[in-house]
Amino acid sequence: MPINVISAGIATTIQDLGRPGYYHLGIPMGGAMDRLALRTANLLVGNDEGAAGLESVFVGPELEFTRDATVAVCGAELPPKVDGEPRETWTAFPVKAGQVLSFDFLKSGARAYIAISGGINTQPKLGSRSTYAIGALGGIDGRAVQPGDTLPLGNAVKAVRAGLSVPAALRRAPSSPAELRVLPGLYWHRITEQAQNGFFEDTWKVANEADRMGYRFQGGRKLEFVEREQPFGAGADPSNITDACYPYGSVQVPSGTEPIVLHRDAVSGGGYFMIGTVISADMDLIGQLQPHTPVRFVRVDMEAALAARKDRAATMSAIREALS
Amino acid sequence: MSSRYTFGGDEHIFVEVDEAMSLEAFFVSLSMTNAVRDANIKGVTEICPANASFQIKFDPDQIHPDDLMKELKRLEAEAQHGEHALDTRIIEIPVFYQDPWTHETLMRFRERHQDPDATDIEYAASINGYDRVAKFIEAHSGAPWFVSMVGFVAGLPFLYQMVDRPRQIQVPKYLRPRTDTPRLTVGYGGCFSCIYSVRGAGGYQMFGITPMPIYDPEQKVSYLQDFMVFFRPGDIVKWKPINREEYDAAVADVQAGTFVPRIRNVRFSLDEFNADIDGTNAKLMEALYAD
Repeated sequence: MPINVISAGIATTIQDLGRPGYYHLGIPMGGAMDRLALRTANLLVGNDEGAAGLESVFVGPELEFTRDATVAVCGAELPPKVDGEPRETWTAFPVKAGQVLSFDFLKSGARAYIAISGGINTQPKLGSRSTYAIGALGGIDGRAVQPGDTLPLGNAVKAVRAGLSVPAALRRAPSSPAELRVLPGLYWHRITEQAQNGFFEDTWKVANEADRMGYRFQGGRKLEFVEREQPFGAGADPSNITDACYPYGSVQVPSGTEPIVLHRDAVSGGGYFMIGTVISADMDLIGQLQPHTPVRFVRVDMEAALAARKDRAATMSAIREALS
Repeated sequence: MSSRYTFGGDEHIFVEVDEAMSLEAFFVSLSMTNAVRDANIKGVTEICPANASFQIKFDPDQIHPDDLMKELKRLEAEAQHGEHALDTRIIEIPVFYQDPWTHETLMRFRERHQDPDATDIEYAASINGYDRVAKFIEAHSGAPWFVSMVGFVAGLPFLYQMVDRPRQIQVPKYLRPRTDTPRLTVGYGGCFSCIYSVRGAGGYQMFGITPMPIYDPEQKVSYLQDFMVFFRPGDIVKWKPINREEYDAAVADVQAGTFVPRIRNVRFSLDEFNADIDGTNAKLMEALYAD
């Protein structure tokens, strides 16, 4: 077994690009919260972009290698070390059999993606190795990585150049305050015009409840509802709706107080109204926000959302080209 | 009923068939999602029916959101004429009401409840006009239930009571959600019953527990070996009250791989149901227990 887990940090999970196709049964897509970071880390070590790697939140794991491999760490600035010697993030480096990969303290961002040549080769479930802990699916026995685990590796598919690095201009880092672009919609009409404006005017902060299921925000004004008689089946609170599907990235605001943006391990539906959806181009960024980070929501229309999606795809293409 | 169409960002279209829950709204949602599936539209990646609404996920690199929106509205016109009937299954689900495990859990979260001095089922019975819990259990387990949505978490069914509206049970959710709910809890919120497929957070009132797993990622449970999720929208459920002995026996059977859920195939027509609710339900019971 090629990698022995000595310590696992706070929450380290095996993730690839997820398992779309089962959301209608309550099983979310899952996969890396910062997909661009995982794709890039995989490219650096010669893997397919969708190979399974490790997603570590705030604190890196300690991993003993029992075979030679190439490693890359992208996403958060979580500085890697090999037998205590510092290595660069966003850069491929070799780890030899017997050496230990560990990490220094987090400098910025929230989630580091660790790709290892060959990819992590656990048993896929419903087409993916991603860990969906709520449903005990994927990963190792459906859970996060623990000390004492061994991580199987696949065969490296492509020779790689150690030292290969992503140009600094292509590494995206959150601004301060971070900006999340939102397309209003869904149950947007349920709040007053004043509340609609207030949501975009206020500066919010990432709350402590910020995980793979969703990110909670605090600090903005409470949203006031347009009065109505609650429809049958919806429940008594004005923020309740007849239980419906939740889009990935949708912004629900239970009781109008603390917005929650659903992420890759979203609950697929429920009874809270939503005021809009964070656009696809900004989903990766959410995964890099630490608690207490100030955040502004920025109103965009569909045209702007699609343009941002194009920009994001262009960045990914530029990374592919730079690493080819 | 006129559906409301809205974008969920650049990757989803959300369609609210009706603000209120009804089987009519569910059937429109089901016909629409079937029509979308049959239309095989390029770029559509997920089709999710819900109680009185549905959601389509798509890849905007393959189809422009406005084009998909137009296509869905065109399909709605066709789906309106669809027959509101389906070939489905009726399933008996054993329930140990007022079990010790949900009781222990509800006692831990009393401060989040509307009525801290009563249990969840005592509260639900009382606000629905039942003077005794036994009568309430009779009402909850008497008529069949319609699975109008699967979701929230993996494999969790939302169930809608198949009685006329005045008889429908309604119970508010907890004031603040619990952080814990036992796996296989039979719950209640708004007008929906549910079964918690996995242990976790939850806001529905807790009435009891079923010994019958409905989600098994390991696929070791005999009747979940083909697929890990048991329920599908459109399934019909009959709750069967059981006692502690029967519960323990069923749990042992599940572990031994010998538990066989009672399932019969039936055809359900919404028009027939609306014309004669009790008569239709009696026929469903006959189909379930004929042999």
